[in-house]
Amino acid sequence: MEAIVLQILNGLDKGSAYALIALGLTLIFGTLGVVNFAHGALFMIGAFCAVTLSKILTLSHVVIDATKKDFLGNPLKVEVPYIYDFVGENAGNVIIDWAVPLSILFAIPIMVLIGFIMERGLIKHFYKRPHADQILVTFGLAIVMQEVIKYFYGANPIPTPAPEAFKGSLDFGAMLGFEANSIIYPYWRLVYFSFAAVIIGGVFAFLQFTTFGMVVRAGMADRETVGLLGINIDKRFTIMFGLAAAVAGLAGVMYTPINSPNYHMGMDFLVLSFVVVVVGGMGSLSGAVLAGFLLGILESFASMTAVLETLPGINQIIIYLVAIIVLLTRPRGLMGKAGVMEE
Amino acid sequence: MGILEVQNVNKSFGGLKALTNVNLNVEEGMIHAIIGPNGAGKSTLLNCFVGRLIPDTGAVTFDGQSLLGKKPHEINQTGVSRVFQTPEIFSDLTVLENVMIPCFAKRDGAYSLNAINSVRNEKDILEKAEQMLVDVNMADKRDMVASSMSRGDKRRLEMAMCLSQDPKLLLLDEPTAGMARADTNNTIELLAEIQEKRHITMVVIEHDMHVVFSLAQKISVLAQGTVIVEDLPDKIKGHPKVQEAYLGGAH
Amino acid sequence: MFGLRKSDSALLLIVIALTVLAPFILNPFPENSVMAQFNAGYPDLMQRLVIFGIFAIGFNILFGLTGYLSFGHAAFLGVGSYAGVWMIKLLTLNVIPAIVVSVIVAGAFSLLVGWISLRRSGIYFSILTLAFAQMSYALAYSVLTPITGGETGLQPKVGDPRILDAALEEGVTPRANLFGMFMNDSYDMVVGGWIFTFNVGYYIAAICMVLAFYLSIRIFRSPFGLMLRAVKSNQQRLNYTGIESKPYTLAAFVISGMYAGLAGGLLVAMDTQAGAERMFWTASGEVVLMTILGGAGTLIGPVLGAGFIKYFENIVSKINANILETWFSFMPDGLSDVFVGIIYPFIGKGWHLTLGILFMLVVIFLPGGLVQGGQKIAGMFKNKKDGSDSATSSASAAPAE
Repeated sequence: MEAIVLQILNGLDKGSAYALIALGLTLIFGTLGVVNFAHGALFMIGAFCAVTLSKILTLSHVVIDATKKDFLGNPLKVEVPYIYDFVGENAGNVIIDWAVPLSILFAIPIMVLIGFIMERGLIKHFYKRPHADQILVTFGLAIVMQEVIKYFYGANPIPTPAPEAFKGSLDFGAMLGFEANSIIYPYWRLVYFSFAAVIIGGVFAFLQFTTFGMVVRAGMADRETVGLLGINIDKRFTIMFGLAAAVAGLAGVMYTPINSPNYHMGMDFLVLSFVVVVVGGMGSLSGAVLAGFLLGILESFASMTAVLETLPGINQIIIYLVAIIVLLTRPRGLMGKAGVMEE
Repeated sequence: MGILEVQNVNKSFGGLKALTNVNLNVEEGMIHAIIGPNGAGKSTLLNCFVGRLIPDTGAVTFDGQSLLGKKPHEINQTGVSRVFQTPEIFSDLTVLENVMIPCFAKRDGAYSLNAINSVRNEKDILEKAEQMLVDVNMADKRDMVASSMSRGDKRRLEMAMCLSQDPKLLLLDEPTAGMARADTNNTIELLAEIQEKRHITMVVIEHDMHVVFSLAQKISVLAQGTVIVEDLPDKIKGHPKVQEAYLGGAH
Repeated sequence: MFGLRKSDSALLLIVIALTVLAPFILNPFPENSVMAQFNAGYPDLMQRLVIFGIFAIGFNILFGLTGYLSFGHAAFLGVGSYAGVWMIKLLTLNVIPAIVVSVIVAGAFSLLVGWISLRRSGIYFSILTLAFAQMSYALAYSVLTPITGGETGLQPKVGDPRILDAALEEGVTPRANLFGMFMNDSYDMVVGGWIFTFNVGYYIAAICMVLAFYLSIRIFRSPFGLMLRAVKSNQQRLNYTGIESKPYTLAAFVISGMYAGLAGGLLVAMDTQAGAERMFWTASGEVVLMTILGGAGTLIGPVLGAGFIKYFENIVSKINANILETWFSFMPDGLSDVFVGIIYPFIGKGWHLTLGILFMLVVIFLPGGLVQGGQKIAGMFKNKKDGSDSATSSASAAPAE
């Protein structure tokens, strides 16, 4: 029983990332009809926003501390982050410690801007081209983005820790009445899951309760008719692209403490997220979210030792396997609508 | 016994009943028109003939065999060809290639792995396709890419593709939709000529009464998913039920 | 010639001439000149040029003709490679069983993958193939390590059974051969300052590529090829014309899988090793790029694309900052630094960046690839000479002609 709860919890954080990326993919696909292979790169760029901010915050200048000596007896050179000069040492340390959450503020404008530029500069010209062309050009773009990041940040993962306050783990087992320490769950993963839930809820509320969202949903259902009503759907779609980029970026920002970001993390997640979208049902937002969590949890169950002993390697392929089965038995996916991408 | 028989066909989409107990009997060699107001279920019915839709209940029999559950290509292989509302052709291929494909389908069946022989050595297919193009007055366009032709020519090409298979039954879904009067008249002539020369049974779905009454030898009127009248053209004109259906008395 | 029409025979002869003379064509610069770094006439690269040419020719039979975009074709190359190495380990160091079995195993695997994936079309098909390839990659890396060698890959060892061969002498490394000719044997021809290398492995691969190219011409011109193009053009019409498209697409899928297997087998014949990274999805993306860059649906396009990419990959990756500086040394200091700084990210390890940009540019501006670009340029010259002839030139620009 403990093991089951533990695996569900373990699956939640990866599932959250899948769900967030798949949500953005679906938004873009549903509204613009574009298959965006560069969406994983947006996730990765989001993660590197966090890396960048923590680098900026720790930018230092060298100060000679005459009171201390190094082992050669010379005055000790100490690197002092510039931020100390502005807000003092204590506040500076707090800010550096909280670099990752702070990056959210930093990442939103950057991601929205990147989204706008991408849509206006490139994607716009591909609305009427075949899906194969869309896949190919965004695939090319994804390579370019990750190579640019690799050029500036190198190929190695860059550890970007969570704030000190979230370092520990929560003893879920004790809370639920199991033995102490039977189910422990790092705080940050809990934060990530809650964060994802808030973002997902926010996107759904935005689409559900605002006029803007209503038009977008109408556009997802029947783009032509909405266009005929004289509503400028293109402008809204640009904004949707920006929104989807921001969602992917934020998913990336918050993921950095869980896995140190590297330049190819976007592609790793993208391939899986596409599978998630397909399983959930192309064009279905709730399907994408549901499938994201389901597959995340499933993957975590497949990684249990007991499972691996009977089916070695199953954790590596479970998501693909599920996707193949779903596509063959329910071609529209779990919650897909009729008429979306059916040929 | 008709060549195409439809018995008690029902089809609904979700809660919407598109066809209710449709019965239809198409006699061999005739041009049979199906008319009716928008939303009467004409296209749904046609789609049931070609395997695109499967009726919920009822039977569709062609030439003695049931068409239910057959895939489009299997139905075609029994001798049913279809002309679409907007011409469905192989727009990337040349006109000649467009006509050769149905010839291959007729000769080799639904599938044959003929991967080494050159198309140019298939003399019988080439001859047949070229003759077909001569028959429909398109011989001069044989090397054009199909997408570069006018709509009227595309329609003509599609017709040639269907005819090159010598079908027993030709289904036409609004063959003159969106055409100018002159093109419409050409199409009427073409169809009349085909019927005269080849004696192919045709089922025509049509809005244009001019076309219907110039061609049809029998007419079924469909309204709200059922056949309300099936009779000779002269009897259909001025039939009270038909007027009611078209003028909105049914509402 | 060989049952081909005139223009195709000409194309075939050009390809034969190019492959036979490649050691000369690819080594245009004297050995000690500054330009020698642009020479590509060494065995390893030449082998890869033609082997990836085969891979792309096969991929083009699927993607170019039917329009089904597979994102997992590297899996077949990888599976073929593993099968090839096992033949070398178990049977003999002669490459023929390795190549033949590679083709068969890749064909069987692609039959399985194709049978399932082709139930869907469009983007679903792409994702299914991608899923299969990623699955193969993950399995090769983990559970199947006893068969695949996992991270270290698979190589022949001195102690392998090789039941058809006589035992090797102590301390001799196993080398692949064809009836006693070793793949890495070469003959160097020295003419003045030039060195031209004729390599056994290269010519074996080149013969395979010429045969593969010839076969692809036959397929393109056959009724089967016509049906495949019809699938791409209008699958619905094809079904209503009495043709079942699935067996055609499946046959095309398996044929292209076997081409990938042939490429995998040849890679093994040349370097006697196989690793999971050959199946990674970037490898699948690369063959897509080769085909698009050259011109999908054209005969010669994939060969050009593969050659172009493998050549530039090699040359561009070799250039480093020092070489760049010597190039721009004629400029004033500050200016040369600027130029070096601009170009530096795109060379050496930045090859993938260049590749990505190239990919985008081709898809955006030249969807028909190099072949279309060439035709456009040829058309421009033609129109200058004879302005009234534009109709024929646009007809001849149609794909697959």
